[in-house]
Amino acid sequence: MKALLIAVLAAAVGTPAYAQHAGHTMPMQAPAADPHAGHDMNAKPAPAPQPDPHAGHDTGTATPASPPAAADPHAGHDMGTMQPAAPAGPTDPHAGHGMGTMQPAAPASPADPHGGHGMGPEAGPAPVLPEAPPPPAAFSGPRHAADMLFDPSDMARAREDLRVEQGGATNYRVMVDQLEARIHDGRDGYLWDAQGWYGGDIDKLWIKTEGEGSFGEKTEEAEVQALWSRAITPWFDFQAGIRYDFRPDPERGHLVLGLQGLVPYEFEVDAAAFVSDEGDVSARFEAEYDLLITQRLILQPRAEVNLAAQEVRELGIGSGINDIELGLRLRYEFAREFAPYVGVEWERKLGETADFARDEGEGVDDLFFVTGVRIWF
Amino acid sequence: MRKSSSILDRRAFLAGTAAIGGAAVFAPLLPAWAQSGTRGLKPDMPTLSGEDIALRIGHSPFTVGGRTGQAVTINGTVPAPLIRLREGQNVRIAVTNTLEEDTSIHWHGVLLPFQMDGVPGVSFPGIRPGETFVYEFPIRHAGTFWYHSHSGLQEQLGHYGPLIFDPAGADPVAYDREHVLVLSDWSFMNPHTMLRKLKAMGDYFNRQQLTVAGLFRTGDPEQQMPLSERLMWDRMRMDPTDIADITGTTYTYLINGHGPQENWTGLFRPGERVRLRVINASAMTVFNVRIPGLPITIVQADGNNVRPVKVDEFQISVAETYDAIVEPADDRAYTIVAESVDRSGMGRGTLAPRMGMTAAVPPLRPRPTLGMDDMGMAGMGHGSMGGMDHGSMSGMDHGAMAAMGQSGGMTGMGMGDMNMRDESLAPPDMKVGVGVDMIAMNPQDSVGKPGLGLANVGHKVLVYTDLVALEPNPDPRPPSRSLEIHLTGNMERFMWSFDGRQFSEVVEPIRFARNERVRVTLVNDTMMQHPIHLHGHFFEVVNGHPGHHPMKHTVNVLPGSKITFDLTADNPGDWAFHCHLLFHMHAGMFNVVTVRPLDGGPA
Ligand SMILES: [Cu+2]
Repeated sequence: MKALLIAVLAAAVGTPAYAQHAGHTMPMQAPAADPHAGHDMNAKPAPAPQPDPHAGHDTGTATPASPPAAADPHAGHDMGTMQPAAPAGPTDPHAGHGMGTMQPAAPASPADPHGGHGMGPEAGPAPVLPEAPPPPAAFSGPRHAADMLFDPSDMARAREDLRVEQGGATNYRVMVDQLEARIHDGRDGYLWDAQGWYGGDIDKLWIKTEGEGSFGEKTEEAEVQALWSRAITPWFDFQAGIRYDFRPDPERGHLVLGLQGLVPYEFEVDAAAFVSDEGDVSARFEAEYDLLITQRLILQPRAEVNLAAQEVRELGIGSGINDIELGLRLRYEFAREFAPYVGVEWERKLGETADFARDEGEGVDDLFFVTGVRIWF
Repeated sequence: MRKSSSILDRRAFLAGTAAIGGAAVFAPLLPAWAQSGTRGLKPDMPTLSGEDIALRIGHSPFTVGGRTGQAVTINGTVPAPLIRLREGQNVRIAVTNTLEEDTSIHWHGVLLPFQMDGVPGVSFPGIRPGETFVYEFPIRHAGTFWYHSHSGLQEQLGHYGPLIFDPAGADPVAYDREHVLVLSDWSFMNPHTMLRKLKAMGDYFNRQQLTVAGLFRTGDPEQQMPLSERLMWDRMRMDPTDIADITGTTYTYLINGHGPQENWTGLFRPGERVRLRVINASAMTVFNVRIPGLPITIVQADGNNVRPVKVDEFQISVAETYDAIVEPADDRAYTIVAESVDRSGMGRGTLAPRMGMTAAVPPLRPRPTLGMDDMGMAGMGHGSMGGMDHGSMSGMDHGAMAAMGQSGGMTGMGMGDMNMRDESLAPPDMKVGVGVDMIAMNPQDSVGKPGLGLANVGHKVLVYTDLVALEPNPDPRPPSRSLEIHLTGNMERFMWSFDGRQFSEVVEPIRFARNERVRVTLVNDTMMQHPIHLHGHFFEVVNGHPGHHPMKHTVNVLPGSKITFDLTADNPGDWAFHCHLLFHMHAGMFNVVTVRPLDGGPA
């Protein structure tokens, strides 16, 4: 049974890893196939006389040899109309701007359509530029320039504020994913499933709680987990901490080791293994998906599987797969934070756990109508 | 040439306002008459000029769409007053902080000594509550710029204003009248809450996601997206509708502090040449700007003159500025449309001969969805994958995409099977950790692209390759080395960074030797666009016009693409270098550029 647990967890761990490395064999298209190649005018080694899609637009303007007024291509645009307001003499807007400085670089003939481009220093075939570290001069002088002019302790404070502000902020979220009534012939119940986190982008304190019961009776199941959650891949957090079951009796404490995140196809998954204070090993795997019917009407299929490595008779748990839960909830987001829903939930006990239930005279499967609300803030 | 009287609208002058901070006052360019008859009349927004200017940062109520919120304001208005100075003058600007938290003003795009640049923790310690800091610097150049807070998230709350430097000599751009168009995005949600929502749920503000219903909505762009492609996006854990992090669901898009309802109106006389100084002072919104019926001639980008280029529409990324000339000949109104890039809303204003005149407001166009280029896989299909908006992706070879998936040895799930995060493609100094969810496989230079959703709009859209500097680039030396900086992120966790490291991780600065000339390539390893801004310098965007590359302070790098610029690091000191999407910066896409030595050699 432990092997199965390990396999399930391995699959959960493996999925994000797979996603990151999938497709290594994908052959890259040769650059020649690039349809944009012709647009990539600034490829570093590009020689100047490349076909320029803009030749014929403006290039003539910059050619110092072009006769000032008549050949001014701006005349046809707007510059001409500017002239009444502009000083009369320089009809060419470039006059007086020191076009002469460009001349040494390129004695372009007026007929050369690339004259305007040939003037830059990059006219010749530019060498491939090395990606080099900064020259030594770049490391000279003070570490922080402003320390020379302002109180260094004021600057140190401001620098630390700046560092924390640009990426180091702490945030939180409380998500009550399910808070629902379960309608079941003769025995209506309730269920909650909520998570909250507090922390930065990488490390968070993560609290989870879930539980259920029947109205008018003692809560059947109630647990709280307190976890340290650390982002280990772009989409996955590793979580470790403790879980305490207040219900059922006897109360149990567990160590928790889990993974939570987003797998390809945008399924949110949560896989965790638990070791109880009695040494019992169990695991839980949850997955859910948001299917947007419209921007606000969202169908959420959800699945949960519970497993145990050994039987725990007093809790009615057998070894192997204990139970499977499948749910389908349709919510309407009046606001992102407030979405009432209706749905169905089907639960089935399996294997020894089912046998224990039968022994107790309980059913092994259940179908509920559920109605509740999803709230976060 | 601009005559000083030409900036005055004579009718508006009659409504001129009192001086603020003892500065001389011209007629308001953002006048009260734009507001007549509407609720929430804005205070006049006077021009500040002269050698001594006083600004006061505090809280003021701000009303838009009939609702009032608390703004962080400069001299009480959103946007802040227009400051107009002349090249060659000196200015002393005393900024008094009446807030309960630190503040600052950064002079965006202005060449000045680093200690006057206004970034707390980089250039100076910031302005503490109750304190006054005096900025003092010479005006070394001319153009349209702006100023804004570099503290906390104050910029989202209204702390921004326009800045105009008139040239010392003749202005090569002639005009009879000018209007400033400060585009911005306002939300009644606290910006810290906005950031927390994004961290808690990356798609919180996106109400234009792919849905099942969309499959059946004839004519909807997403109906044309094949199921296989949808599955591919799901497989990648990416969202092709993730165009803007924050959208019209919470933003009201403003033109000069006016929402679409308030309809900011600028007046003209038919036949005049009207100069529009367009500033994108948004926290997070890239705008597509057009004036139906009126061609727009771009004459300046980021404060530097360019050869006039006539377009029908231009995309202006956050923190960019464009100056344009329009020549409305007819006695009619024209609508200024500033559509947010994800088409979830628009800023709307009017150019009209008389108050009260309006023109038709075009409906929002279908929103774009991301395509191959945005995944950094441009040109990896067999066909041409030019189309970025799905409405016009008929040319896209979906069959080819599926085939590629199969050639990857996987079972027919299309591109999703490809490794979107091949660490071998990352440079050795990049950290490929939790904060990197993608590495562009084949990033293409995006200087020739019109921006997300504008590939096939049926008229001429400005591209960076259209920009040719009017004057020759000042430094003719070829770059001596190159530097590649990767723009990285994790959309799901809303982490953003350079080279895989958030600024909070204690990163090394980007070092330049003084007067060193370096070719910098920004590689966008994410599926969002990033307007990258370098303080204290203009760089030359390498766009195929060597010697006349456009000089910019902010460059928009499209998803999965790259942009190259040449930089002469001639301004010694420490400078902020960051994504100008406020919440990207705040989620780590920030670094410090150092230029050393501080002394010796001409700056
Ligand atoms: Cu960004």
